Amino acid sequence: MTGPLIPMEMIPEAWNNVIAVLLGMAFGFTLEASGFSSSRKIMGTFFGYDFVVLRVFFTAGITAMSGIIYFDYMGWMDASMLYINPYYVTSAIVGGIVMGGGFALGGFCPGTSFCGVAIGKIDAILFTAGLFIGIFIFSEFYPVLSTMYNSENLGDLKIYEMLGMRKTVFAFLLVLAAVGMFYGAGFIEKKVKKVEY
Amino acid sequence: MTKTANKMEKNRRDGSFYINPYLGGVLLGLVLFGTYYITGRGLGASGAVKSTVVTSVNVVAPEHAMKSGYYSKFLSDDSSPMNNWLVFEVLGVLAGAFLSGTIYGRLKFKVEHSPKITSRHRLIAALAGGMLFGIGSQLARGCTSGAALSGMAVLSASGIVTMLAIFGSAYLFGWIFKKLWI
Repeated sequence: MTGPLIPMEMIPEAWNNVIAVLLGMAFGFTLEASGFSSSRKIMGTFFGYDFVVLRVFFTAGITAMSGIIYFDYMGWMDASMLYINPYYVTSAIVGGIVMGGGFALGGFCPGTSFCGVAIGKIDAILFTAGLFIGIFIFSEFYPVLSTMYNSENLGDLKIYEMLGMRKTVFAFLLVLAAVGMFYGAGFIEKKVKKVEY
Repeated sequence: MTKTANKMEKNRRDGSFYINPYLGGVLLGLVLFGTYYITGRGLGASGAVKSTVVTSVNVVAPEHAMKSGYYSKFLSDDSSPMNNWLVFEVLGVLAGAFLSGTIYGRLKFKVEHSPKITSRHRLIAALAGGMLFGIGSQLARGCTSGAALSGMAVLSASGIVTMLAIFGSAYLFGWIFKKLWI
């Protein structure tokens, strides 16, 4: 069957929310089983004592990317139908920097904090409460922030187009970079003092 | 069952066992790939919180919500903003994580923090961190899941730029807030 299945109407739209719950369950299970319900395990990546986030995140990214490129090449999926977040240069960078600050203070990102909530981490509950407050603040201050939010829209630009590379070349370099980082991570973990958590 | 198998079985349930990170990554990647293959979109997290905020504001102050440049983007006459793909997905995330926590013995109410800080400090920092993450996720049109991870799968410029900004900034701020963690 040629994907994406729901946009191609191979699966009726009515199933979309049921499928969302099932995919969400698989997502949540994998995150929790990998250790993402623990903020101190997550923060290990930033101090060098546990690179689980780096390993899981980049393995997942290159796995999904390879699958999409392969299926598109074989004609099993039309990758041009996949949703791409529009690239608004300033807000993508500033938003990312603000999120990084929140990461370092809170030790979670939204998806991982939900995993923490699910197993009873009270710090994750507070982080999630913070998300609600932060999104409310952003919405209320939208009139002030809207200029930045809407500036420099480059549309659904791909990273390899931006760099003037072929898709497969970029993908190959990304896989190499990931393997290099995994190797480096193992090396650093051996040098850094163990942290008990 | 042999003695070692017994011991392993116990260890798997005392909360300390995690699956191999590369296995976890491949599984997560397959889930993400499956999401694109079936639905044509990626995974997400912060969007569900946004839907809840929009819905709440719309219930408490409908006029304010309609007039606002932001809430009104997500309001329509025919369906509630809670009837959203990400809301259902996040309900699944909670269920899936609960299942994993049950299997591996990690269900417990607790505040996890470095021995160098108190629970109170940890909770204040977690709340503040969540607030910043909430603000940033709206600016960048997605968080680590919806912008960065899903963006990497489709090689979107916005996703990869946001990912670099998140991790770069977290390394920098991580050293500033080092005392909270190690």
